[in-house]
Amino acid sequence: MADEVGLVNDEAVVPIRSDGDIVTARQEGRALASLLGFSSTEATLIATAISELARNIVLYAKRGEIVLALVEDHGRRGIVVTARDEGPGIVDVRKALMDGHSTSGGLGLGLPGVRRLMDDFEIVSQIGKGTTVTVKRWKQGAGPV
Amino acid sequence: MPVPILKQRDYLIATIQAALTDDDLKKLRDALVAQVGEFRSRGVIVDVTTLDVMDSFAARTLRDLSHMSRLRGAETVIVGIQPEVAFAMVQLGLTLEGVPAALDLEEGLAYLDRKTKRKTAAK
Repeated sequence: MADEVGLVNDEAVVPIRSDGDIVTARQEGRALASLLGFSSTEATLIATAISELARNIVLYAKRGEIVLALVEDHGRRGIVVTARDEGPGIVDVRKALMDGHSTSGGLGLGLPGVRRLMDDFEIVSQIGKGTTVTVKRWKQGAGPV
Repeated sequence: MPVPILKQRDYLIATIQAALTDDDLKKLRDALVAQVGEFRSRGVIVDVTTLDVMDSFAARTLRDLSHMSRLRGAETVIVGIQPEVAFAMVQLGLTLEGVPAALDLEEGLAYLDRKTKRKTAAK
């Protein structure tokens, strides 16, 4: 895990250890989204999704990382956000993706909300091993219609 | 970074200056709820014009603040939610239910004036 925020091979790694890192992660995400030409509205959606994912790490796993990178697919460009932790894992992923479910007294909107904010959503969770959530948002009108 | 709280007439005004951490938000909530008693305030305005992201934690904390200060006799109004922040909130499913919002500080003050006048004018 990198100790500092840095862009290595078009990848920014933000270590998440405390609530202050949540702000760093979403600011980095917004900066990268703007750099990629996302509108200010889209950059806000992406920053909001990062905020939710980073908070899940702080709440459930205590520490982990957010990796921000560019992604290209058949001529379209986008941003990919990977939230990775080695926490306890999610017992019932299906349930965690339903609106209204939460085990930390939150609004229970974290993951389903993030899914709505982004275009692609992928989650891999293993009990005792950790959780990785990968989300992507594609630039509108940049790719083949 | 702590949020400065201004006292104007019967109201407390907190203007969020930058990206707040969860801890800053909790401290702001607690300080406002305490100062409602200290200054016998009738209303609280939280100006979020420069807040970059309103996520589920921020929304929950503001909702809690509103309910807590209402229990202490003060109305809370959130002002300055930017269009893109509103868009993200709706996508995320956050409605700030039960918490009044106004376009800007001026509208927020007008809202509190109406709200607190009605209380004093109660028959």
